[in-house]
Amino acid sequence: MPLIQEIDYGTPASKAEKTVRVTIDGTTIDVPEGTSVMRASMEAGIQVPKLCATDMVDAFGSCRLCLVEIEGRNGTPASCTTPVTEGMVVHTQTGRLKDIRRGVMELYISDHPLDCLTCAANGDCELQDMAGAVGLRDVRYGYDGENHVRARQNGEANPRYMAKDESNPYFTYDPSKCIVCSRCVRACEEVQGTFALTIEGRGFESRVSPGMHESFMNSECVSCGACVQACPTATLTEKSVIEIGQPEHSVVTTCAYCGVGCSFKAEMRGQEVVRMVPWKDGKANRGHSCVKGRFAWGYATHKDRILNPMVREKITDPWREVSWDEAFAHVAKEFRRLQFQYGKGAIGGITSSRCTNEETFLVQKLVRAGFGNNNVDTCARVCHSPTGYGLGKAFGTSAGTQDFDSVEHTDVVILIGANPTDGHPVFASRLKKRLRAGAKLIVIDPRRIDLVRSAHVEASHHLPLKPGTNVAVLTALAHVIVTEGLFDEAFIRERCDWSEFEDWAGFVAEPAHSPEATEQFTGVPAEEVRGAARLYARGGNGAIYYGLGVTEHSQGSTTVMAIANLAMVTGNIGRPGVGVNPLRGQNNVQGACDMGSFPHELPGYRHISGTEVRDVFEKLWGVELNPEPGLRIPNMLDAAVEGTFRGIYIQGEDILQSDPDTKHVQAGLAAMECVVVHDLFLNETANYAHVFLPGSTFLEKDGTFTNAERRINRVRKVMSPKNGLADWEVTLRLAQAMGLDWNYSHPSEIMDEVAATTPSFAKVSYALLDEKGSVQWPCNEANPEGTPVMHLDGFVRGKGKFIRTEYVATDERSGPRFPLLLTTGRILSQYNVGAQTRRTENVAWHAEDMLEIHPHDAEQRGIRDGDLVKLASRSGETALRSKITERVAPGVVYTTFHHPGTQANVITTDYTDWATNCPEYKVTAVQVTPSNGPTVWQQDYEAQATQSRRIAAEAALEPAE
Amino acid sequence: MDSCHMDADIASRTEAIVGRLKPLEGPLLPILHDIQAEFGYVPQASLPVIAHGLNLSRAEVHGVVSFYHDYRETPAGRHVIKLCRAEACQSMGGDALAERLLGLLGLDWHETSADGAVTIEPVYCLGLCACAPAAMVDGEVIGRLDADAVQDLAKAVRA
Repeated sequence: MPLIQEIDYGTPASKAEKTVRVTIDGTTIDVPEGTSVMRASMEAGIQVPKLCATDMVDAFGSCRLCLVEIEGRNGTPASCTTPVTEGMVVHTQTGRLKDIRRGVMELYISDHPLDCLTCAANGDCELQDMAGAVGLRDVRYGYDGENHVRARQNGEANPRYMAKDESNPYFTYDPSKCIVCSRCVRACEEVQGTFALTIEGRGFESRVSPGMHESFMNSECVSCGACVQACPTATLTEKSVIEIGQPEHSVVTTCAYCGVGCSFKAEMRGQEVVRMVPWKDGKANRGHSCVKGRFAWGYATHKDRILNPMVREKITDPWREVSWDEAFAHVAKEFRRLQFQYGKGAIGGITSSRCTNEETFLVQKLVRAGFGNNNVDTCARVCHSPTGYGLGKAFGTSAGTQDFDSVEHTDVVILIGANPTDGHPVFASRLKKRLRAGAKLIVIDPRRIDLVRSAHVEASHHLPLKPGTNVAVLTALAHVIVTEGLFDEAFIRERCDWSEFEDWAGFVAEPAHSPEATEQFTGVPAEEVRGAARLYARGGNGAIYYGLGVTEHSQGSTTVMAIANLAMVTGNIGRPGVGVNPLRGQNNVQGACDMGSFPHELPGYRHISGTEVRDVFEKLWGVELNPEPGLRIPNMLDAAVEGTFRGIYIQGEDILQSDPDTKHVQAGLAAMECVVVHDLFLNETANYAHVFLPGSTFLEKDGTFTNAERRINRVRKVMSPKNGLADWEVTLRLAQAMGLDWNYSHPSEIMDEVAATTPSFAKVSYALLDEKGSVQWPCNEANPEGTPVMHLDGFVRGKGKFIRTEYVATDERSGPRFPLLLTTGRILSQYNVGAQTRRTENVAWHAEDMLEIHPHDAEQRGIRDGDLVKLASRSGETALRSKITERVAPGVVYTTFHHPGTQANVITTDYTDWATNCPEYKVTAVQVTPSNGPTVWQQDYEAQATQSRRIAAEAALEPAE
Repeated sequence: MDSCHMDADIASRTEAIVGRLKPLEGPLLPILHDIQAEFGYVPQASLPVIAHGLNLSRAEVHGVVSFYHDYRETPAGRHVIKLCRAEACQSMGGDALAERLLGLLGLDWHETSADGAVTIEPVYCLGLCACAPAAMVDGEVIGRLDADAVQDLAKAVRA
C-alpha cells in the first residue's frame, strides 16, 4: 500500500467540449479548448517545472519557472497562463529555458534556509524537487545578502526576519521558508472563499499576512487547511507532520463528521495517522475540507476513550471492567429476562447516524429478527424525519434531489434554516464560489448568518423571520408566485397533478397568505418576500437548500412540503442546478434512514406492514417479522416512565445530550433496568447505563457512509480497533450471544445482504464502490452506475403532489414570563454534542456555549458582553455566558449545544413535529437574567455525572460474587 | 481622547468616507486617498471599517494599503519632503544632495522631526528628469536643486 500520489496538472481542467490538437516535445495530444500549455503537457506525461501553479487554483504566472518555447512565437511564455491553440508546437526543455530556470531557482534559493535535512517538508517539498529538476548546483550570489532567513545578521537583529507563527493548534507558519508564490492566498480565496490571507508590502518586502499582519488565530482564518495543502514548501505545515515525519502509505476513506461526506486520504506511518488530506477525486468535496475533517481526528487516540467493556448493577455503582464475552452474556441474559418478564416489546434499540450503513443495518436486524419487535429508531428522528415524510409525500422519495456538483449550475439559491459556513463548510465553500461567479442568494433565517453578508458574498434578500413562522413565509412566497403568474404551467401540467395544483393554488392565493398579511406575525417585510419570490421564480435555475431550521419545528413536515411545492410550481426539479436539497447533519444520517432504522420501515423505506416486503426478509432471515410498527424514541422514553419499556441498546448516540427536554430523557433512562450504551466515550447517556460496550472510530473499521446527496462512500480501516472490535463485530457478537445464527466475516457481506433485499441498492457492492469511488442510490438495473439527479423524467411517485400548507402557530409562545424566543444551532469548530470535537484542539475556537443576544435585549436586562446569564424556559434553566451581537434580531436569542456543561436541551420543550415527532429545538420561549453561577440543576447534573463515571480501579477491590 | 474613543472617532469618520465613495467603480483607492487626506495617514482602525463597508476581508484591505508606499501608517510632519532617488536625479548629484539634506534636517529616511515639523521620504521618479535633481514639497514639485536650494528648503520647513 503505497502513498497515493495524485497528479498535479498545474491548472484546473477546462470544461470546454471542443478539443484542440497540440504537439509538446514531439508528442501530439488532443485537449479541451482553454487548457493551459502546462496542463496539456502533464496530460502528455511531461512535467514542466513549476512552483506557483497547482490545479486547485487558477494560474497566476508569478514564479517564472514554467516557461516554454512555442514555435512561431517570441520569447518564453509561462506555460501556466498560456492556453493551447490548434496546431501549437511546444518545447519544454531547451538550452535557453534551462538557463532561465536555473537562474530563477538560484534567486529563490539565495533567500531560503538550507536546512533540508531537518526540515519538516523533507521528502515532500516542491522547492527541493524543482532545485533538483533544474539541476541547481551553485548559488553564485551567496547567502550573506539581505534575507528573510536569519534572525540575526552581522551581529544585529535582521529587520526582515519574522518569527514562526504557532498560534493555530494544527499548523505553523514559518515566514523564513516562504517563497511568496501566493498559493496559500489563492487557495484561501478561490477554494475556501474566506479571503483571510493576503500578500502585504511589495517587492522584496512581500510577505504572506493573515488578516492585517495578525497571527493566524486572530485573523479571519477558519483553519480549513487549504493553504497548508497548497503550500509547496514547509512554510505552512501540519504540526502532526512536524512531530511525526512524512507518511509512508495512504488509504482513501470518508470523513465521519457532517453530511457532506468528504473523501480523504488518511496518510499514515504504520498505524499512526500523520495527516488527513482531502482527496481530489472525492465527488462531494472535490479536494477541499474543513477544520473538522482535516484536523479534528485526535479524539481517536484520546485518553478518555474507553477500551474495555464495563458492567454495573445500578447506575450509582462504579463501573466494573469485564471481558467481551462476559459483557455479551450479561446483555443477552438481561434482555431475555426483560422480555420474559415484561413482554416482547419491553426492549428496543437505537441506531446511529455516526456508524456505517452496515452497522446500522445490523442493529435494526437485531431488533427485528432478534428482539422480535420493531422498537428501533435513530437520531434522524430528532433532525430530518420531517424531510423523509414531507418529500416522500410530495415526490415519492425522501431523498435529496441533486448531487453537490449541481450547485455549479445554479442561478438562484434559497437557503432556509441552514448555516452552511458552520454546519456544512465544504458545501458552503462550493456555494460561495458559485455566488462569486454571479449566482444570487436568498436567505430565510432568523439570524444574520455569515452568508447573508461576508467577504465577496451578499444575499439579495434576507428574510429574518420570527422563529416558528417558516410555513407562513414559504406560503407567502407561493402566494406571490401564483398570484403574479410566475409559475411554470408547462412543467406543472406535464409533471404534476393539475387538479391538485388548482386546489393548492386557490389555497395559497387567499389574501390571508399574502406577504402583507403574514408580515404582522412573521416579521418579514412584504416587499422582501415579493422580491425573493420573483427572483426565485424568474432567476434561472433555482435550487433550495435547507437544514434543521426547517425540520426541527412543530410544523417541520409542513415546511418540507411547502418547499416541495415551491420547487414544483417553478419547475425547478429534475435537472442539474435546481432541486430540493436537505443538508443532512451527520455523516450517515441519510444511510441510517435508508437502512431501515425507523420503527415503521424496513430498509429502502418500505412499510413494515407490507406482506411482500416482510416476506423478502423473513425468507432470508428465517424468522417471522412483526407487522406492527414499533416505538419511536420519545415513545420508548414515555413507555419507560410508565414501566412497560425496560431495556435498550444504544449504538453511537448520546440521547441525553442531543434529545430535547433533558429531564424527560433522564427520567426515561433512569426507569429502565438495562441500558446498554455502545460508544467511544462515557457520554452523558452512559451516566444512566448498566452496560458500556466500547466503540470504534471511523479509522478503525470498514464500511460505507451515505452522504446528503445519497452518495455511498467507502470507509476504510487504517488502524486496528483500539477496543478490539469494530462496531459491526460488537453487534454481531451480541446477536450471537442472544442465540442468532449470524455469520459475517466482513462488512461487504452485510452490504451484499442490503443489495439482495433492497431494490434501490440492488447493484451496490464493494467491488463497484472500489471501481467507481462512490455511487449515488438508486443503483439498480435501471441505473447501474447510480443516480446523480433524481426525478429526471418524472417523479418517483408518478405525478408530483401539491399539498396545502396551512400555518399553525406552535403552542410554544413567548409571553410576559418568557418574553424571548430561543433558537439553537451549531458552530464551525464543534460537531453535534461535541463528544469528538471537544476532545481535540478545536476547543481553541469554541471552549463553551455562548448565548447570543441583541444589544437592545441585553441593555434592558443589564447584561454586558461576557456576563454569566441564566437562561430559563418552562422546562428548565441553565447558565452560560452572553455574547452581545446584532446577528440575532431583538426578541430572539441563540445558542449552540456542543457542551454538556451547558445542556441547552434542558431548556427545550417536548413539543414535536405533528407528523414525525421531530422535536421543536428551534423555538423555545425563554427569559434571560443576569446570574452569578451555575444553576442548581447544572450543579446536581455535574455531581451525578462525576459519580456515575467512576471506574473501579482493580477487580481485586470488588467484593467477591 | 483615550485610544478607545479615538478608534470610535476614526471609525465614524471612515464610515462617512466609505459611504460617500462606495458607489464608485473600484472605490478602494479613492477611499484610501480620502482617508489619508482626512487623517494625514491611514489609521489601522479604519481598515476593518473599510473592509466591512466594501464587503472585503481585512486581509485584502491590508494587502492594498501596505502595497502603496504613499499610504502612511502614522501621521507625517507638517511638511513632507519627497526627494527623488531615481537614476536621472542620481546622475545629476542627487546622492550628495540627499546626504546634505538629511544632515541639515538631522533625520534619516522616513523619519519625522521631533517637533513634528517635517518628514523626509525618498521617492523613485517624479517624472521631472529634465529638471533633475528634483523633489516634491507638500505636493509642489521643485527642480534643479542645488546645495543652496537645499539649505533654503531645510530652513523654510523649520520656520
